[in-house]
Amino acid sequence: MTDKYTAFVNGGFGKSLAKKLGLPQPAKLRRFKAGQALVSGPVLVVGSGSDADAVATYLLDGAGSSESIDVRRQAVEPSGSKWAAIVVVLTQVTAPGDLSEPILALGSQLRSVASSGRVIFVTRPAAAGLSPAVAAARNGAIGAMRSLAKELRAGATANAISITDDSAATSPSALSALRFFLSSRSAFVDGQIVAVSSEAGQVPESWAAPLAGKVAVVTGAAQGIGAAIAETLARDGATVVAVDVPAAGESLSKVANRIKGTALQLDITVPDAGAQIIEHAVARHGGIDIVVHNAGITRDKLLANMDNAKWDSVIAVNIESQLRINEALLASEHFTNAPRIVSLTSTSGIAGNRGQTNYGASKAGVIAMVASTSPLLAERGGTANAVAPGFIETKMTAKIPFATREVARRLNSLQQGGQPVDVAETIAFLASPASGGISGVTVRVCGQNMVGA
Amino acid sequence: MAVSPEKAPTTAQSSTVQSPTLKDAVIVGGNRIPFAKAGTKYADASNQEMFTAALEGLVARFGLQGETIGEVVGGSVLKHSRDFNLIRECVLGSSLSPATPAFDLQQACATGLEAFITVSNKIRLGQIDSAIAGGTDTVSDAPIAVSDGLRKALLKASHAKSLGQRVKAFASIRPADFSPATPRTDEPRTGLSMGEHQAITSAKWGISREAQDEIALNSHVNLAAKYDEGFFNDLVTPFKGLAADQNMRADSTAEKLGSLKTVFGNSLSAPATMTAGNSTPLSDGASTVLVSTREWAAQRNLPVLARFVDAQTAAVDFVHGHEGLLMAPAHAVPVLLKRNGLTLDDIDFFEIHEAFASTVLTTLAAWEDEEYCRTELGLDGALGTVDRARLNVAGSSLAAGHPFAATGARIIATAAKLVSQKAAETGKPARALISVCAAGGLGATAIIESAH
Repeated sequence: MTDKYTAFVNGGFGKSLAKKLGLPQPAKLRRFKAGQALVSGPVLVVGSGSDADAVATYLLDGAGSSESIDVRRQAVEPSGSKWAAIVVVLTQVTAPGDLSEPILALGSQLRSVASSGRVIFVTRPAAAGLSPAVAAARNGAIGAMRSLAKELRAGATANAISITDDSAATSPSALSALRFFLSSRSAFVDGQIVAVSSEAGQVPESWAAPLAGKVAVVTGAAQGIGAAIAETLARDGATVVAVDVPAAGESLSKVANRIKGTALQLDITVPDAGAQIIEHAVARHGGIDIVVHNAGITRDKLLANMDNAKWDSVIAVNIESQLRINEALLASEHFTNAPRIVSLTSTSGIAGNRGQTNYGASKAGVIAMVASTSPLLAERGGTANAVAPGFIETKMTAKIPFATREVARRLNSLQQGGQPVDVAETIAFLASPASGGISGVTVRVCGQNMVGA
Repeated sequence: MAVSPEKAPTTAQSSTVQSPTLKDAVIVGGNRIPFAKAGTKYADASNQEMFTAALEGLVARFGLQGETIGEVVGGSVLKHSRDFNLIRECVLGSSLSPATPAFDLQQACATGLEAFITVSNKIRLGQIDSAIAGGTDTVSDAPIAVSDGLRKALLKASHAKSLGQRVKAFASIRPADFSPATPRTDEPRTGLSMGEHQAITSAKWGISREAQDEIALNSHVNLAAKYDEGFFNDLVTPFKGLAADQNMRADSTAEKLGSLKTVFGNSLSAPATMTAGNSTPLSDGASTVLVSTREWAAQRNLPVLARFVDAQTAAVDFVHGHEGLLMAPAHAVPVLLKRNGLTLDDIDFFEIHEAFASTVLTTLAAWEDEEYCRTELGLDGALGTVDRARLNVAGSSLAAGHPFAATGARIIATAAKLVSQKAAETGKPARALISVCAAGGLGATAIIESAH
């Protein structure tokens, strides 16, 4: 789905007109292509202390690859180029006063941030039991990041990685998140905090194919976001079982053939859907490592006009089926080797949306479901997480009336809708072996949408 | 495979080349597109598009992208001359390896079943280790030819060496030559349609209207029930917005079927019994079935539903003799059973193609008739009675539709899944008998059994 306005204001007459009239000027976001370098310019690491040094050293060593990255520690504008990323390490702040030096140093460099540049805060959580001053400093960092994300222009984003006190700043999941936010894979993730809660996770042999050898199941894979998820997981090396209702079989088979996976025509609401999914994945591909619950439906109606069919079908597809399939997965001897569950929720599940009491209920349910499923998977090295897309350009959103759609798509810090692949990239990040220390969380892919912020 | 290249010259000199021992040909699964009523959902689809779609669904189901299959064999009954290499062209347009060989064959309505028999035999002999058999037919996109007069004039003109010759060739065209020749389902040697032929056979055997309507009703009810239970989830892939067989009427009743007007046999002295409800509709569709050795399937972690046991074709003299046009399977089955030491009681599923409800009923009546079995089939007595509870339990052509060449692979894949499920339930082998009648007094039959 194309966004004609964004294309118009990105060149020639449209660009100058938009500038003169003060119209929003959404930038063309840099997106990931196979073989693309992690960053396309110098990276500045701001902050002092052993964590900042460790992060800088990691980047200097190529961030786990053979790439060479230009890493600098001095907040001095790079001559002849712009910052591809600025990483602000604030893990060792002890009082709000500690924030001023690193954050003002960051501020001095913002004019030199490249298009689709990245600002990444590395922090520790303001958990209960901390001294009030430490907690205030840590949460202050998050507050600054959120506001900064709204100030950045030209497709640049700001996000935070919040690493639990027990885990090193260079634990596998901290690095996984760092790489994700540095890369163009996180194009539409803005103003978010990803919590790293343990040192679990396995750094992959190759970051180019982090899912090599893994078997992934994607429900609702016939089109839109589901098809993008299937394609992205396959690109990252996974063997994909593409699942959708029998009626969607024609496009499902096209997706499966494109990514050399298999198509499984299945209504996920049948009682033995979990067993059928496990049976297919294990019999055909020798295992089941990743399950992405993407299938979902909307049956919008104001609650006053809601009938049983509309309420129940949304609950059945969007949350009950996921719960039932997860039960089968948890009971299966095949879902034990650092398995991953990633569910699709929605900003409607966070902030609510008029006409979507049923959908909102199901999607808020998903957020709590992954949080409660997370500890059940922990002992087998597994994780359960959710991804909440904001306005994504799909066939579904293309049907929204023009004016409503224009407002919805501009109402975020990046002033545009996301692409299905943006959701898919975030799911691939959470599903990767390196992200074993990220569990029970919901990551929003919304360009820092004002709704539900 | 049986003879290693190094050893071949010496063994050939000292003795004859050893024949390989027979392998099992097993059915891995199938895929078809839903069958559509002629002139509707697939009105704009060609045979090539439909068979390619059926093939692509099969590839997706079993992860065969880039795979070099031993051979893809199939055909269509109503075929354009440009489609001389139809199946090969479909392979080239599919996700299979372009190094996959293919060929077309055709045996009227038995095309699909004959393709399956052909590839199964090749697999058993060790000539190939995997194959896809199937067929496709469209009445909506049927070839329409120019008349013989126009065709001959055009050919003459194209061979002409001078302007005068060319003018002369064109001058021979008469207005009547412009009327197109549409394909007919009439028998070329009798001029009778298949329905009229079957009406004669029905009358001869005294098949009642009620019995025919009951067969038709069961076909719809059984097919609909299988769709409801998800039986076809891994046998059918939607195409052009159609997710299930368009002709299927889950809400059909004996009353509704009984209210239809008769369409065949209206000029016979016996009361007419055949209606649009108990005769197959003209339809469009395509189907495939994946067959291989056990090893080939195991190497790819693919399931094995059933194994090919044996097959028998037959033909009857409906032109000069007294046998009915569609009675050949009645002759083939006793031979097939005897060769394999089986009786009708050893069969768990009878898949008898419903060209017409009365075709099924005349076949069953023939096997129950002692006199007929003795004089026509050369048996000692009646072949036996088919348990109706085992007949077309997942519906058949009356409900699903019958795109001629696509019926064989539809039945094979369905029967393979039925025997596999039954064997899994009972822990005992299960067997299916498949019987397809065809134009020209032809018939093809086969037996498959569970392969666990």
